[in-house]
Amino acid sequence: MKVAFYPGCVSKGACPELYVSAKAIAEPLGLELEELTEAPCTGAGVLSEQNPELADSLNGLTLAMAESKGADVMTICSTCQGVLSNHNYHLQRDAARREKVNATIGDQGYRYGGKAKVKHLLWMLFEDIGLDRIRGAIKRKLTGLKIAPFYGCYILRPEEYLGLRERPERKTYLEQLITLVGAEPVEYRGATKCCGFPMLTFNREKSLAMGGSHIVEAKEKGADMLVTPCPLCHLNLDGQQPDAAKVLRKDIGVPIFHLPQLLGLAFGFSPAELRLNHHVVPTASALEKVELKV
Amino acid sequence: MQFTIEIGRYNPEGKYSDAVSREEGYPPPWDKAPPRRYQTYTVDLPEHAVVLDGLIAIREYQDESLAVRCACRSAICGSCAMWINGHAHLACKSKLQEFTKNGKTRVESPPSMPVVRDLVWGMDPFWQKHHAVTPWLEPKQPMPGPREEYRVPNAAMENLIQEVSCISCGCCLMDCESFAINDQFLGPHALAKAYRYAADPRDATVQQRLDHDGHGGGIWDCTHCYECVQQCPKGVAPLDQILKLRKMAVDAGFTKNPGTRHADAFAESVRDSGRLNELTLMPKSTGFFNIVGQLQTLPSAINMLRAGKLPPIVHHKIPGVQRIKTIFQRVGGRFKK
Ligand code: SF4
Ligand code: SF4
Ligand code: SF4
Ligand code: SF4
Ligand code: FES
Repeated sequence: MKVAFYPGCVSKGACPELYVSAKAIAEPLGLELEELTEAPCTGAGVLSEQNPELADSLNGLTLAMAESKGADVMTICSTCQGVLSNHNYHLQRDAARREKVNATIGDQGYRYGGKAKVKHLLWMLFEDIGLDRIRGAIKRKLTGLKIAPFYGCYILRPEEYLGLRERPERKTYLEQLITLVGAEPVEYRGATKCCGFPMLTFNREKSLAMGGSHIVEAKEKGADMLVTPCPLCHLNLDGQQPDAAKVLRKDIGVPIFHLPQLLGLAFGFSPAELRLNHHVVPTASALEKVELKV
Repeated sequence: MQFTIEIGRYNPEGKYSDAVSREEGYPPPWDKAPPRRYQTYTVDLPEHAVVLDGLIAIREYQDESLAVRCACRSAICGSCAMWINGHAHLACKSKLQEFTKNGKTRVESPPSMPVVRDLVWGMDPFWQKHHAVTPWLEPKQPMPGPREEYRVPNAAMENLIQEVSCISCGCCLMDCESFAINDQFLGPHALAKAYRYAADPRDATVQQRLDHDGHGGGIWDCTHCYECVQQCPKGVAPLDQILKLRKMAVDAGFTKNPGTRHADAFAESVRDSGRLNELTLMPKSTGFFNIVGQLQTLPSAINMLRAGKLPPIVHHKIPGVQRIKTIFQRVGGRFKK
């Protein structure tokens, strides 16, 4: 299946392990990735807030690029998904708003007709690729691992833009996937909460406390690791974890996996191929449970 | 139809019922609450019954010790807000059938608020925040005559309709993730209220309303989690109002805050390269001359560097970046340069 791959800035910046692992699992999943190399950053909500027209135009351009390829956009980041879903929701319904965008981008070689679909890899797994194909690709069962899912705000809220009213099951995909790869999902409140990343630059201490307390909760409920479909969450939960531990005055040390890393492991890739040796919090403690080494 | 309702009851032994303090450390307050005592009831009601019907039936016919607060029973008065299956909802607007999970519905006071008794929680934090934003009009014009009113064009008010539907139920605040760890945060409904008056063309104190620089707890302490948008039963979408307030504040020149620096640095990076440059975002958001702020972020930067996770020092532009520059020139507003 051909998809217009939108990797997002973070997977090409501070989280290269996400980009690499997403590319790795494409083949076993039968995904033909056509990367939207010329598409701009979504603005991560920051531009939507300060200049809605600018954000409409930038995201409209991305949607138009995918439309011209005749493929659905595939994201690998909750935040990219949220922002693109939000703008697409309005641009599809509001012809006047779409025309405004086209007036801005029209002479740049693209026009948006309102047809593009935007789907996170997590959704595509269930809705387009199908569980049979995933099952068929599994070479290594991750039995014995207890995994806490961490969705990230923008893939859950607001439901209206994300199509969660029509498809409430999207709120359970991570848990289903964890079970599918043979591991055990951990139930805890933090799964649907915010990691605190948007506040990191404004209110560092509170932001760290917020993310940190969800990891602590998961750990107390027995989690060996967390898995997230959002690299921004990953930056806060993994990259900032040692600092969060200081703020909370607690020992945390819980590895955080990106969604494609978890799948990749189940598909038989080695930890190094998935760059599991490039995390701030060492992943060895989780890998040991399935008899693997970094 | 039979419905099973599990109710979180008042726990006299626990500190749970006292005002919750977020001062002494960080786990959200509910982590420190002693275990709740849940009591299970079964009621026989028509299939369209709402949670409040169930609670009233229990109080009337099974257990008169149950404390519930309600009045209008039609989502107008805002008094029946509570936690249903772990999220804020109005009991009179939530159908039992829809909320029955694994054969039961769990109902309790929100753990983020002080509890008076059973399902009656203390609204003090809510009203303190409400009052803190001067929730009334400070008129520009002289007082109108006894038979007149402050006149305003319809169009100027349309923008406020969303916020005006607020019924002060507290659903948004009780699930607000910033409030959970920061009780100084003004919270969704109060900030939405602040927007309502700041955007009212008749108000004389807009500048004061917009000045959130340098004090904690204001518009820049919201973590953008969308819980308030999700849980508000009246479509107020508090976060949307907060974002409008942020934009108004910045446009009015209140830019001495990390939020604005962050937005500017972000926009600059997208404009010049098509993508985000994480390497300069952090220092620019904290402020280049804010040495303390810079140093705080240093340990994380070093950790990430060690893991081989820092973005490439040479920030690459996306191909076709000229297109992005053109878009910024056309609709970039203050981000043009
Ligand atoms: S959890 Fe945090 S980083 Fe992830 S999408 Fe939500 S706010 Fe962003
Ligand atoms: S404010 Fe609303 S509920 Fe109260 S009396 Fe007036 S109409 Fe009735
Ligand atoms: S979006 Fe902001 S105000 Fe709304 S619930 Fe989240 S932190 Fe609170
Ligand atoms: S904004 Fe919505 S949830 Fe918050 S108090 Fe008002 S009506 Fe209730
Ligand atoms: S009883 Fe008035 S809002 Fe529910």
